[in-house]
Amino acid sequence: MPTLDDLKPGTKAIVEELEGDDLFAQRLMEMGLLEGTTVEFIRRAPLGDPIEVRVNNRYQLSLRREDARRIRLQE
Amino acid sequence: MTESQPIPSPEDALAPSPPSAVRRVALLGNPNTGKTTLFNALTGHRARVGNYSGVTVEKREGALKGAERPVTLVDLPGTYSLSAHSADEFVAVEVLLGLRADSPRPDALVVVADASNLERNLFLATQVLELGLPTFLALNMTDVAEQDGVAIDATKLAAALGVPVIETNARAREGVDKLKRLLEREDLPDRPRVPRVYPDEFLKARDALREELAPRLPADFGLDAFAASRLLLEIDGEFEARAVAQGGSDARAAIERTRTELESAGLRVRSLEARSRYQWIREHTNSCFTETQGHGRSSHDMTERVDRILTHRIYGTGIFLLLMALVFQAIYSWSGPLMDLIDSAFGALGMWVGGLMPPGPLQSLLVDGVIAGVGGVVIFIPQILILFAFIALLEDVGYMARAAFLMDRLLSRAGLSGRSFIPMLSSFACAVPGLMATRTIENQRDRLATILVSPLMSCSARLPVYTIMIAAFVPDHRMLGIFNLPGLVLLAMYLVGIAVAIPVTWILKKTILKSKTPSFLIELPPYRKPLAANVLSRMIERGREFLVRAGTIILAVSIVVWALSYFPRPDAVANEYEIAVESINAQYLHAFSQAGISTAGGGIPTNSEETAQWEAYYADLALDDAVDFEEWGRQLDRAAVHRDGEYLRNSYLGRMGKLLEPAVRPLGWDWRIGMAALASFPAREVIIAILGVIFDLGPEGLDDQQGMIEKLRAAEWPDGRPLFDLPVALGIMVFFALCMQCAATLATMKRETNSWRWPVFAFVYMTVLAYLGAMITYQVSSLLL
Repeated sequence: MPTLDDLKPGTKAIVEELEGDDLFAQRLMEMGLLEGTTVEFIRRAPLGDPIEVRVNNRYQLSLRREDARRIRLQE
Repeated sequence: MTESQPIPSPEDALAPSPPSAVRRVALLGNPNTGKTTLFNALTGHRARVGNYSGVTVEKREGALKGAERPVTLVDLPGTYSLSAHSADEFVAVEVLLGLRADSPRPDALVVVADASNLERNLFLATQVLELGLPTFLALNMTDVAEQDGVAIDATKLAAALGVPVIETNARAREGVDKLKRLLEREDLPDRPRVPRVYPDEFLKARDALREELAPRLPADFGLDAFAASRLLLEIDGEFEARAVAQGGSDARAAIERTRTELESAGLRVRSLEARSRYQWIREHTNSCFTETQGHGRSSHDMTERVDRILTHRIYGTGIFLLLMALVFQAIYSWSGPLMDLIDSAFGALGMWVGGLMPPGPLQSLLVDGVIAGVGGVVIFIPQILILFAFIALLEDVGYMARAAFLMDRLLSRAGLSGRSFIPMLSSFACAVPGLMATRTIENQRDRLATILVSPLMSCSARLPVYTIMIAAFVPDHRMLGIFNLPGLVLLAMYLVGIAVAIPVTWILKKTILKSKTPSFLIELPPYRKPLAANVLSRMIERGREFLVRAGTIILAVSIVVWALSYFPRPDAVANEYEIAVESINAQYLHAFSQAGISTAGGGIPTNSEETAQWEAYYADLALDDAVDFEEWGRQLDRAAVHRDGEYLRNSYLGRMGKLLEPAVRPLGWDWRIGMAALASFPAREVIIAILGVIFDLGPEGLDDQQGMIEKLRAAEWPDGRPLFDLPVALGIMVFFALCMQCAATLATMKRETNSWRWPVFAFVYMTVLAYLGAMITYQVSSLLL
């Protein structure tokens, strides 16, 4: 299953599942990034990490790639 | 229609807040919603800034401007959720529940919501409704929403949420007066109904848990429906920690059992709230939005076009580096003329005051203690104002988040995030504004780690120490054709701070500052035009805060160190000086009597100024050949300088230096260097002045670098060996690169962390590192050189 880290810039996908049951997952969900949310991969930072994504076509969020790999996407 | 929860049981009903003359209204909202701009507009840019006790959270309050009744606004830190997993995150909840002694429970709330991103903002807003306090929703940035093609029906939204909705555009001051009138009205809105967000199974489990825990918890725990929900939902949260601390292992067992039951019923506790709440929001507020055409380009499109450049691998990095170079240049150099001005103004004030009164302890206290101490505080203001002009501007525009985005990779290796870059960069100019800049770091552990290691960056106050040591003891060798040794040594001093900071940060983040919260999850807000008023009020606020909070501590330290270096003033020193002056004068006055000139009634000269006056007065009498007035004056001045040196060497500080000598011997230092290091506690650069006095160079020698260098080179151990050599000088430089001899930094650290624990910790670890660093440098280079 692809993860948020596998998306190419400019592509969108729908979140299938957040891996792990920790505070990070909770924070993401509180910010509106949960199952069923549309995410668009915007870009990687110049040094390769972190990445920028657009959540729900509403706002831009930046997170690290190791964390993005925990966000599984619908195929 | 909105369903509401069953009528709350009697103990749910809040006790009516005691009638107080001042109404308190708390402002809360997501980050980047314009909450602070709204706060500024409502208060007329007048905030009282402090700290909540026991935590590092900034406390901002202000009076509603031009209100008919006194209303205090409380600006709570921006947050996406009320869930709290640290004491700092818990502050907002404590304030809202009236659990803090330093902040009475608010009478009403204003939730500031970004209209262009409403769904996410309503997550917090609907959480807040569960508190049962009269609440207003300020629907802010409606202009941006409109531009983005989202029309919100405020009336429908008000009906769906059960609270008054006020459309505002704080930047243009639209809707601000309307909100102000509502906040000062005698009658506040009714308590909102609690949205029925959670599934029945959860409510049942929660109420059962509440009944079970109630007898085990003290009454002031405040275990109402809200608290019970949070307690159950926030795994390892602050409510849970409080319940376990007050209710013991039974409470823990009950909470864990209830969670397990929920999980086996198919409700995942971790995600239950987000799922239920967002579902509730969609069901109840979707009819409030309509997609419109929007006009022109959306804020997202514009931001994206700018970001394509500003986060571009080459252009973005280039612009970032240029911008940072500009910021650094500004605090490092542009502040120079202003700082010189302040320095000379206080110098002149000291001279003037000193001239008004006879020499003695009072004069010295005023001039060398108070005036010099106040000057030592005010001197930081230019750097603080300049740095915060940049920071406020970059933050208001939305660039700070991009800077963190660009730099995160670099700092993540040491366990920090991109947010720490600007505070650390600023600390190369001065750690004081650098530490104040850490407030942009949301993660409190990261912020503390940044505060603790930033003083390791070589600030501009270390430069005079490096310069004089290098000029005196580092030979001007060329290396590899293009480098010269002094330049390389200077570079090494800057690198030594960085090289030590990396492992220190790493260890701190692995041990005492290990954090539960993810360190990098930040919103990149849309770019906006900055507001001059926001920038200005931020600068003034920071400057004033420094003067009041840190300034008093710095002044107190300066006076203590002055007293230690002034007293006890043994008579023997004064007597010795008088004998010296008499014998010098006797030698020269002899010529007068030989020439038959009477000097009776003219007093006797005690310094070069007076001998110059004598020279002018007796110019006609052809004494020039017999009396060398200049040499006479020089001898008198030297006696005074020697007396001042004796006083200092015999002061309490000098005695402490002598006591400490065995400890500093492994560094190749004698007691005089040790004492100078002690005396530089108020500020590192003071060591130059102190060395000048200790080695009898006198105060006027301070501007005379060559004289200073000669004195240092001539200083000897009692057995005649030179005191300073290259290894000793290198050790001194390493010591000053790593030590925490700066009262201003310590005072600022106390202010920023709201506790003496961290400045004491920083002082101890840095002093230990400085000592070890200086010792290793001295010992190793003695062997090699």
